[in-house]
Amino acid sequence: MSDSFKKNAKILVFSTEKISDPAIDMAGLLKLHYPPTVYTITVPCSSGIKPSWIMHAYEKGFDGVFIAADGTDCIFGESCTEKTGNIVAMTHEKMKEKEIDPARLRMAALCSVCSEAFVKQMRSFNDYLIKTIHSNNN
Amino acid sequence: MKERLGVYICHCGGNISDYVDVEKVRAAVEHEQGVVIAKTTMFACSDTNQTDMVQDIHEHNLDGVIVASCSPKLHLTTFRNVTERGDLNKYTYVHANIREQASWAHSDDKLGATEKAIRLVKAAIAKSRYADPLFPNQFEAEKTIAVIGGGIAGMKAALSLAEKKSNVILIEKENRLGGHTAEWGSLFMTDEKGFELTTRIESDLRKYNNVTILTGAEVTDTKGSIGNFELKIRRRPQKEDDPMEIIELHVGSIVVATGYDHYLPKQGEYGFGTSEVVITLPEFKQLVDKSAGKSLDFNGKKINNIAYVYCVGSRQSEGENTYCSRFCCTSVIHTAIEAKKKFKGIQNIHLTRGIRTYGKQELLYAESLQMGDLYLQFDEHNLPEIRTEGKKTVVTVKDILSAEKEMEMEVDLVVLVTGMVPRADQSIGTMLKLPKGRDRFFNEIHMKLRPVETVIDGVTIAGTCQGPKNISESVNSALSAATKSFSYISKGTLETEPIIAEIDQNICSWCDKCSNACPFDAIEQIETGGRKVASVNPMVCKGCGMCAPVCPVDAINLIGYTSEEMMSMIDALA
Repeated sequence: MSDSFKKNAKILVFSTEKISDPAIDMAGLLKLHYPPTVYTITVPCSSGIKPSWIMHAYEKGFDGVFIAADGTDCIFGESCTEKTGNIVAMTHEKMKEKEIDPARLRMAALCSVCSEAFVKQMRSFNDYLIKTIHSNNN
Repeated sequence: MKERLGVYICHCGGNISDYVDVEKVRAAVEHEQGVVIAKTTMFACSDTNQTDMVQDIHEHNLDGVIVASCSPKLHLTTFRNVTERGDLNKYTYVHANIREQASWAHSDDKLGATEKAIRLVKAAIAKSRYADPLFPNQFEAEKTIAVIGGGIAGMKAALSLAEKKSNVILIEKENRLGGHTAEWGSLFMTDEKGFELTTRIESDLRKYNNVTILTGAEVTDTKGSIGNFELKIRRRPQKEDDPMEIIELHVGSIVVATGYDHYLPKQGEYGFGTSEVVITLPEFKQLVDKSAGKSLDFNGKKINNIAYVYCVGSRQSEGENTYCSRFCCTSVIHTAIEAKKKFKGIQNIHLTRGIRTYGKQELLYAESLQMGDLYLQFDEHNLPEIRTEGKKTVVTVKDILSAEKEMEMEVDLVVLVTGMVPRADQSIGTMLKLPKGRDRFFNEIHMKLRPVETVIDGVTIAGTCQGPKNISESVNSALSAATKSFSYISKGTLETEPIIAEIDQNICSWCDKCSNACPFDAIEQIETGGRKVASVNPMVCKGCGMCAPVCPVDAINLIGYTSEEMMSMIDALA
């Protein structure tokens, strides 16, 4: 395992095909670096993510889950923001039951050109997870 | 479950292999369950490799294919087609993005990039095992196309469709065609009048038997989906004593070209509504166009000095219209030049926030400068002030081009260079469920790659209903939308993406949460075996998946994004 894999937090990103995927791709194109322990799974819309998937990620060892939400840009309509927020709330309830820090789930709206915002989010989330989880483990 | 998978890992010249050890990736995945063949290739998208892939599918009897290369935005379709040429269902193909999301994103960490690439490919293999063959839904499509909005964009879209021999119905709310373009006077660059342009297009349209023009007609209801939309139209009486007409139309696709409204300044904004000499750009254009004497007169007074205040209602730092309206710099400079050429003694003073006469329109700005027009520039924090002193109108502005020196000038007329705002009447958007962007104009799927398509299959957007545009840009988008709309239904049959929600009716007990969550009314209650359950209309479902997380018994999965697939990917990435 490389050093970066030992040092960094493991983050699962749920990203949307039409909106945030292009931003994440563009971050790569612009060589805006973020930890290589950040993995993306593409979904059509952030309001279609099941809380059980997020819980499964924690069970399998992911330190954090990030939802790159479509926000008001969602091609499926304006209700996406509220519905994605509801998914986060539902998941927080499940996380509380399992005594998982709710801050290990983050959500932010990412537009199709928000590459820098994505990278900033990943770096700050990584820093938070390293401080809270990795330091506790040490 | 797939048992014979082929995996191809691309060097992409060196774009990937300069940072990711592709041989290490291949070695790491070649013994994964179900993988029969794992290869690296210099360019996966090359003809040679595509031919090899087809050959491999046949020789090794593959039932699934994975390519790890660039973003799927670039080559998903390419490799789906390769899969199809290998006689496999194209939806069994799975793509792994190891360029934008591994080699380039982590070019500072080759080991890290390689480890990430390995997991991304393993996740794609995991998904591939569950990727069932899917079949697009095929159905008959009505070949008539409705164009809603008879401005320049709608007219050009209708004309383009007519030339393609498609049946077209052009629906216009007003009693005449032409929209705002018909109201403008002379236009840059040809100096042709707006109404001359629209009259010419209307006359061309009326030559076609396959075009039906409905003026004074409003869409009051829409039903159906791509290939089979039903529109209800209310048409005002065309002659005295005629009754109100209700028309029902059956069309295959729709071009929405409902245009924009002019920004109307608020009472008192730069003296609008409180000073008699403050008017908007459209009013000024009409004044210049209709005035015939040697001098320009307004309210019985000769006009010499004219101040133009730019970006009124656009680029607002504290309002909701943060966008640039694109056409107004060119339009006002063109009209100012026209006024100077047409009438004696005109002095134009432009108070701008930076001139945006892009492209060929820059010629106009150069001409204006050569003719002696004055340009001062203010910023958003120091807006010009307009005050009345007796019979005088005085404008003050801090000119940032002169070290913010305060300039004061007496003028005879103030023209507020107003921009575009979305239509106040958004009923078409509401009926068709068209998403709006942050600017409140209708939103396309992708600004660059799918600029006239909307998330509503079969509905395209053209012209300024999508956002501010000048006439050329509106016409460009109209021609594009017409072609796209025509391509949807020209065959007479249609296929829809099979990525839709699927309900396990054995465990569903109808609670209506999914139905409430669906923004497209695609879920309805049905009775089966004496039980009430939810059912998805595959023609209406857009595959957003919003229904899935709200199901209390987890009876809903989105095809292609099932819990099984997602969790197996998470397992592979962990």
